Amino acid sequence: MRADPGEYKLVSPSNLRDAAALLAGEPCRWTPLAGGTDLMVLYASGKLAARNLMNIWDLPELRRIEVTPDEIRIGAVCTYSNLQKHEIVKSEFAMLATAASWTGGIANQNRGTLGGNIANASPAADSLPALLAYDATLELYSVRGVRRIAYSEFHLAYKKHVLATDELIQTICLPRNTKGTFSYCRKVGTRNAQAISKVCIAGLARIANGVIEEVRIGMGSVAPVPLCLRKTEQQLRGRRAGPDLIRSAKQTVAEQIQTIDDIRSTAEYRSAVAANLVAEFVQKLCVRAERQ
Amino acid sequence: MSSSAKKSDKQEHSFFLNGETISVRAFPMERLLDALRVELGLTGTKEGCGEGECGSCSVLMNGELVNSCLVPIAQARGAHITTIEGLAKDESLHALQKAFLECGGAQCGICTPGMILASVHLLDKHPEPTLEQIKEGLSGNLCRCTGYMQIFEAVRKAAYGEPQR
Amino acid sequence: MTEQHIIGAAVPRKEGRDKVTGRARYVDDMTLPGMIFGATVRSTIPRGKIKKISFGPEIAWDEFVIVGASDIPCKNCIALILEDQPCLADGVVNHPEEPILLLAHTDRHLLRKAVDAVSIEYEDLPALLAMEESESKKEIIWGTDNNFKTYLIEKGEVDSVWKDAAHIVEGEYRTGAQEQLYIENNGVIATYDAELGVTVWGSLQCPYYVHKALMALFGLPEEKVRVVQMETGGAFGGKEEYPSMISAHAALLARSSGRPVKIIYDRAEDMAATTKRHPSRTRHRTAVDANGRILGGEIEIVMDGGAYATLSSVVLSRGTIHAGGAYYWPHVRVRAKAVATNTPPHGAFRGFGAPQTIFAMERHMDRIAQAVGVSPIEIRKRNFLKTGMTTITEQEIREEIDLSGLLDRAVKLSNYDEKRKEFGAVKNGLKKGMGVAAFLHGAGFTGSGERYLNSMVGVEGLADGTVRVLVSSAEFGQGTNTVLCQVAAQELGIPYELVTIAQPDTTVVPNSGPTVASRTAMIVGKLVQSAARGLKQTLVGSGFLQGTYESEQFRKACKEFVAIRGALKSYSRYDAPPGICWDDSKYKGEAYSAFAWAVYIAEVAVDPVTYGVSVGDFVALQEIGKVLHPLLAEGQIAGGVAQAIGFALYEKVVWQQGRMANNQMTNYIMPTSVDLPPIRVFFEEKGNVHGAYGAKGIGELPMDGPAPAIVNAVEDAVKIRFDSIPLMPEDIFRATTVRQNA
Repeated sequence: MRADPGEYKLVSPSNLRDAAALLAGEPCRWTPLAGGTDLMVLYASGKLAARNLMNIWDLPELRRIEVTPDEIRIGAVCTYSNLQKHEIVKSEFAMLATAASWTGGIANQNRGTLGGNIANASPAADSLPALLAYDATLELYSVRGVRRIAYSEFHLAYKKHVLATDELIQTICLPRNTKGTFSYCRKVGTRNAQAISKVCIAGLARIANGVIEEVRIGMGSVAPVPLCLRKTEQQLRGRRAGPDLIRSAKQTVAEQIQTIDDIRSTAEYRSAVAANLVAEFVQKLCVRAERQ
Repeated sequence: MSSSAKKSDKQEHSFFLNGETISVRAFPMERLLDALRVELGLTGTKEGCGEGECGSCSVLMNGELVNSCLVPIAQARGAHITTIEGLAKDESLHALQKAFLECGGAQCGICTPGMILASVHLLDKHPEPTLEQIKEGLSGNLCRCTGYMQIFEAVRKAAYGEPQR
Repeated sequence: MTEQHIIGAAVPRKEGRDKVTGRARYVDDMTLPGMIFGATVRSTIPRGKIKKISFGPEIAWDEFVIVGASDIPCKNCIALILEDQPCLADGVVNHPEEPILLLAHTDRHLLRKAVDAVSIEYEDLPALLAMEESESKKEIIWGTDNNFKTYLIEKGEVDSVWKDAAHIVEGEYRTGAQEQLYIENNGVIATYDAELGVTVWGSLQCPYYVHKALMALFGLPEEKVRVVQMETGGAFGGKEEYPSMISAHAALLARSSGRPVKIIYDRAEDMAATTKRHPSRTRHRTAVDANGRILGGEIEIVMDGGAYATLSSVVLSRGTIHAGGAYYWPHVRVRAKAVATNTPPHGAFRGFGAPQTIFAMERHMDRIAQAVGVSPIEIRKRNFLKTGMTTITEQEIREEIDLSGLLDRAVKLSNYDEKRKEFGAVKNGLKKGMGVAAFLHGAGFTGSGERYLNSMVGVEGLADGTVRVLVSSAEFGQGTNTVLCQVAAQELGIPYELVTIAQPDTTVVPNSGPTVASRTAMIVGKLVQSAARGLKQTLVGSGFLQGTYESEQFRKACKEFVAIRGALKSYSRYDAPPGICWDDSKYKGEAYSAFAWAVYIAEVAVDPVTYGVSVGDFVALQEIGKVLHPLLAEGQIAGGVAQAIGFALYEKVVWQQGRMANNQMTNYIMPTSVDLPPIRVFFEEKGNVHGAYGAKGIGELPMDGPAPAIVNAVEDAVKIRFDSIPLMPEDIFRATTVRQNA
């Protein structure tokens, strides 16, 4: 344990409004702390630069999951366990439930939160490709009110995002338009559980009469930010599912990703596996299309 | 010269520990793990990695398994915490403790408190678990000694009365 | 006296109840009044001269105890085999993480800051960071030629075999460093008293190794050093020699501060600074006849020992002796050396050299099979050692062995033939394969080692009529406490519940040798048996007990003896079995008093999308003499197989400038519960005349076979040769691409 607890302040506002007021009153001072599965690891290794922490774990407004006819609204402090248990998440957003089961063991799933995963902004985060595939929208809360932004616009660069210094992620909203879609997600990690991903994919598609009407492909660990493979999506959209599609989809992957060598893996491996995962997605998509 | 300027104050944090009301005076960012081991002298919960990977610090918090090395004591306020010390009723062992003894689930013993609590949590969610569910449920608790085989048998023995090879 | 069946029964683990209730006391669970904390300032460079040490102004240094090399009272070294390793660096560092200064303070958190506030200026010296660099001798960093040790084994006339060879098969095989990754980090508490001397309580395997090291460091006589083993949370060899270092550190701080000092490493420090398995490179060149029988060959072994000698000579020794595997070599030359590099010294890890050379041998056998055109099963059968044949050190196999029978049984248990047929037919998707490893593991210290250890064991009758075993053998999960109490109980004809075992404390227990080399059940157990017999004879001989008795009578007799005569202790000292001859200079003769034999078979699947390997099924079949405790034995094998699967497929140490860069559990990957196959363990028992109740050592055996079995299976699956472990998906990807481009 390489940090001195005495050097850290942890305050616990009792509601969201007070939390926002604190952030607004002293911008850049307070770092929100939810389940701690990222920040407490940094803290224990002596690498947490922030000294003033704001406890948002207990804020009731951030723990709710609301379902409307149009969307599911997930509070930012919902844990991975909360997500896996929720009926609508399981039935309509299965990739998010699956991604939640990938993140750490049970103990970390009971504490890690979706909002924390987003705010920590690691390109290797497990849930983020699914959020891209499901075309998530974030609601960001501050004393200035709530603003909605497309999740695909949240990340700017490695660990840099659009969250203002006085803003908190309040809700993650997913449009309930997945009925009848085909989804495929896969994580390639260093082992089968408790693993940081080397490559991760979440793909969602709608097929009608053998034609790919709509497709979204989110990928993790292949760029400084979680990535949507726009070019590949464009290439597939409106096309008839078939074997030549697999080959061409695979080819365009390389130009969209920027893989790296790091302590866990190599750039060339990640690029190759990313292409293989896309191919596997398209191949399974074609099989589904043929059945229709 | 004082070597460090403390910025925080110690506070009282009250919670329920193994069924009893407890209060600990500590900095809010003190890890629950350290509050248990140092402040409260309950050394059954172990530190293996300090990064939430090994699970030897696992405890139950409001019935949910958590890694106590990643919980600041301030977030445990009002919670019901169960540690390994809270499992056995007087000298009467919990079914899982008995099963671990009978099936060889504990070798060096350092992962055992966390592993048993993870198993308690598992059986609570899945009273009749499949082997897959057992493996998943324990995937956050590393054991370097057993290769996990006899731990699975212990869980099955506790659940079904037989190890069921 | 009723027939006892304690040996062979699954009696409760002696300290099991404490472990499942959280009551077992590991060193970090212990505090002493007035205790303070210690920490270590370590080198950040691989090799250089220390030019200046500065203490940052932000710390009140007068509050700290600071210890350097000049504070060491007698000898600045950690005495083991050689005395080349300093306790604290003195002007010069030879590896990253080398300890330079020790600090102590009451505030654990402040201590951490203080360590960070010490800055050291170095003059860098050229460093050797890989074994090939050391072999090149472009720098001499140790001795006169960078070699800690060399061995040469020559059997027959190897130079004569090449001309008759139908095939000459060559191969080079490599294994990487591996971290023991016991879940409890290294830790110790020490006190120092001018009159009483040094006491340490620690997480350790060998109390008397620490005892010897502290005597030398402090210049103290035997009776002024006391070492106590606490409950130890895993060791695997990683706490064989390293505890001497951390104990010395804590004791020095205790001496300077006048307070008890606790040093507990965190995971990052433990992984970066302490010992790991020796990386190795083994080259084979083998002459084989048209039927695939080995005519002879040359084996060249190099092991990377890190910066100081520590145990490299012994690791190399075991690796060398096991290099020929379970096969008959009519002629062979084995050249082996352990070389120095500027990395933290490597040390003991389960298997101790044998996993490295058996990996090579078993990969090489498959290569020979391919050259000859026969199956991996058939090639082994044609070359197995049989009763009456000699090993590469010319040790005659006197016991009854049937390795072909063992192999056949493993083949059946694993459905080897049916699966290979099924796998061969699969065209798309997961590629599956089967792989075999057949091997041996010699238990106990090599050659005259046991004689040199001269182990002693005690069995004591207590005032309440119960019996206590006195050994320095440590429990760290493998079942020492349980098995030795079983032996005593069985021998005395009393219930297992009436036998306890003393906590290893050098003021209480004799030196029964280190808890290593798979020797405890077999050799120490045998001594417990004879000491128990001696106790019985004392009671009977003195008239307190009849020759035949019930356990209640034993208890009564014991109570009475102690009440009237005082202490009731029986000691037994190691006596080498007759006919054990070992020539240390020629490395010839009876290397081990017993070999365990095994055949392991792995089923693997290689994923064409991720290039990842998963092991679907694993059969571990071994002949181990006598199974003293079925649950413990099975647990040892399963645990060893799991560690070896890690060795093969997951556990890669990433080196950067001689330092382990992935020193966190997040990035050093060991298997979780969802990463392992069903590990199916089977035993055959043929008995060992020398071991307790016929036991052979088994602790390390399971480390030798899984890696080659798995890599053999991967080759079977994807038809690409891999000769280096850990075998990562990235390696499989690269090889697949190379093949596709060719």
